[in-house]
Amino acid sequence: MEGSGKSDLFTAVLRLADDHLVLGHRLSEWCGHAPMLEEDLAMPNMALDLIGQARSLYQYAGELEGRGRGEDDLAYVRREREYYNCLLVERPNGDFAHTMLKQLWFAAYMEPFWAQVAKSPDETLAAIAGKAVKEMAYHVRHAGEWVIRLGDGTAESAARMQAAVEDLSPYLGELFEDDDISRNLADEGILPAPSSLQPHWERTVGGIFAEADLQMPEIALRQRGGRTGIHGESMGHLLAELQHMQRTYPGAQW
Amino acid sequence: MSQPAVKCPDAAAAWAAAASVPDPEVPCVTVADLGILRDVVMENGIAVAKVTPTYSGCPATVAIELAIEAALRDAGFEPRIERVMSPAWTTDWISEEGREKLREYGIAPPEKASNSVRALFGETSVNCPKCGSSRTERISEFGSTPCKAHYRCMHCAEPFDYFKCI
Repeated sequence: MEGSGKSDLFTAVLRLADDHLVLGHRLSEWCGHAPMLEEDLAMPNMALDLIGQARSLYQYAGELEGRGRGEDDLAYVRREREYYNCLLVERPNGDFAHTMLKQLWFAAYMEPFWAQVAKSPDETLAAIAGKAVKEMAYHVRHAGEWVIRLGDGTAESAARMQAAVEDLSPYLGELFEDDDISRNLADEGILPAPSSLQPHWERTVGGIFAEADLQMPEIALRQRGGRTGIHGESMGHLLAELQHMQRTYPGAQW
Repeated sequence: MSQPAVKCPDAAAAWAAAASVPDPEVPCVTVADLGILRDVVMENGIAVAKVTPTYSGCPATVAIELAIEAALRDAGFEPRIERVMSPAWTTDWISEEGREKLREYGIAPPEKASNSVRALFGETSVNCPKCGSSRTERISEFGSTPCKAHYRCMHCAEPFDYFKCI
């Protein structure tokens, strides 16, 4: 691949890795606080999937960059403006309804994404995708069941789920936004264009929302910036905790 | 995965050493029973063990690799571990013997070649490993490790782990 193509791929892989690391970190914040024991096991397990995927992606990003940065350097010692995750994943957990909705929306986006990447000519990404697509199918199912249970539950649970839909829907548009980097990679058949995933996403989430008796949100570009390193207020707080160990003891390993 | 047919004596001995390593989280089965150990080949006098992780974030992956390395070294080999990501591990690679060992240990083995996980909310029927009843219910999709779900038998009332099908 040519020079600019390689740097596009590096940025695209970093965006993916950051999505998974940040969402995995958010989920791990629930450890010990879940509403029931089974969920206290489920959420860290899903966090492990996400962080495991992030590790593979960071390793690959480090190889693509070729400047000797490894997974820990990329995950833990960049500055906020150098993280390219979408804004949805960094949103604070809020209540359980917010967390499960965020989880569902992200997994329903990643499942068709990985299904396509599994056929990518990029062998490393195809191998990562082969594992991740199976894991995301579980996340869709698990979070989807909760969205139905809460949306179609009591007046209180339904109101909370509807509030979560309203709070988080401004961040949906960014998921499906194309830019030059994603368009170049889609043209080469390496990664799917974000916009191409929207119909599949609407089918998955639409089916669950119909059962949950929830109104599908409008997907419009409202909040954006994550893909170019512009984040919300909560991101700095998240990074302070995420990076604490490597900032305090640089290079620590165990 | 069964041992590949044609092997030099060294490779066969190296396979035997590596294949005997138990899984750290499910010690009733070996890494060969689970299909995590894909192959062992001799390359310029070095025993290269090809290992595949079950889940992307499986915390046992590193422990498994270290244990295989140690087992090869104990058997007199100079070991190297090669992590293979593709093709992705599937529960279909768990051997018949491994499935039987899981059942005896109290873990329901995965339903073979089942795609039901992809059919949203499609329920798989899982038999109780203690009494064999099919009257079981799922308590949680995620159990004590990423590869297991938590079930309960409605017949003998025993809670048990189910090795998820992926």
